[in-house]
Amino acid sequence: MVTINGEALDVGGKTLAAYLTQAGYEQTRIAVERNGEIVPKAKYDETQLQEGDVVEVVRFVGGG
Amino acid sequence: MNTTDKLVIGGHEFQSRFILGSGKYSLKLIEAAVRDAGAEIITLALRRANTKQEESILDYIPQGVTLLPNTSGARNAQEAVRIARLARELGCGDFVKIEIMRDAKYLLPDNAETIKATETLAKEGFVVLPYMYPDLNVARDLVDAGAAAIMPLGAPIGSNKGLATKEFIQILIDEIDLPVIVDAGIGRPSQACEAMEMGAAAIMANTALATAGDLPLMAAAFRQAIEAGRKAYLSGLGRVLTRGASASDPLTGFLHD
Repeated sequence: MVTINGEALDVGGKTLAAYLTQAGYEQTRIAVERNGEIVPKAKYDETQLQEGDVVEVVRFVGGG
Repeated sequence: MNTTDKLVIGGHEFQSRFILGSGKYSLKLIEAAVRDAGAEIITLALRRANTKQEESILDYIPQGVTLLPNTSGARNAQEAVRIARLARELGCGDFVKIEIMRDAKYLLPDNAETIKATETLAKEGFVVLPYMYPDLNVARDLVDAGAAAIMPLGAPIGSNKGLATKEFIQILIDEIDLPVIVDAGIGRPSQACEAMEMGAAAIMANTALATAGDLPLMAAAFRQAIEAGRKAYLSGLGRVLTRGASASDPLTGFLHD
């Protein structure tokens, strides 16, 4: 399982790009961290999700 | 306004001294708030994205406005650094407001962790604006750590209580050679004006607007108050008598002379 935004998902083996597309994220408006490291947008295609990965997908919201 | 009087943060120049928050109000009000505030900097937060298509706040912020992401949600320096890096990855510049809290009741900043995060992020090329409890020693450490400005709180976040820390903010203004931006707690334009009269470089406000009856009108009120306070500071305030009075009218030529 891969933990994405706190949720355990069965997406090990997929590329990050494939997961993000399938899940429906607006890819121009997000940033991704995998196991504590930023994944640059240019590397979404080549980044393969591994069992046990912890991924955060974030966006901007209103705030002070 | 004197066009040579600019706010300079990390080498970037701004005419406006009003930093606008974007939390707790409708995205649809952002454009009017920015316009009526005359704001050139707006703060944002970073949160987990949803998988369904959703509106982006970025689509509501006018072009040319500098984005100042905060690290709210961070409980220590390490988390703040992670959030800052993610914010930069979103491709909206190098500015970051460090906000580190261990306590959800008072939301007071953790000064020690804030110094650590400032040092790390400044080395990575961020323009770092740390939100801090107004303490002179900490402020000096933040200068050494590479902060581009410091953001002492006037009162607890979202409280609208005003300049509860006034005396300590004045010490920072007098002693720290960086812009001192009063952040948090400012609830009324008169409080913003007072901080500017004291020599604050800028004011950051969010809740004061978000909880006002008419947000854009309050944004305009803050803008005028901040400009008035700045002009008063630049002009040099008149002196205060310790006792007695001083006539404003000539003391000769009375009708009964």
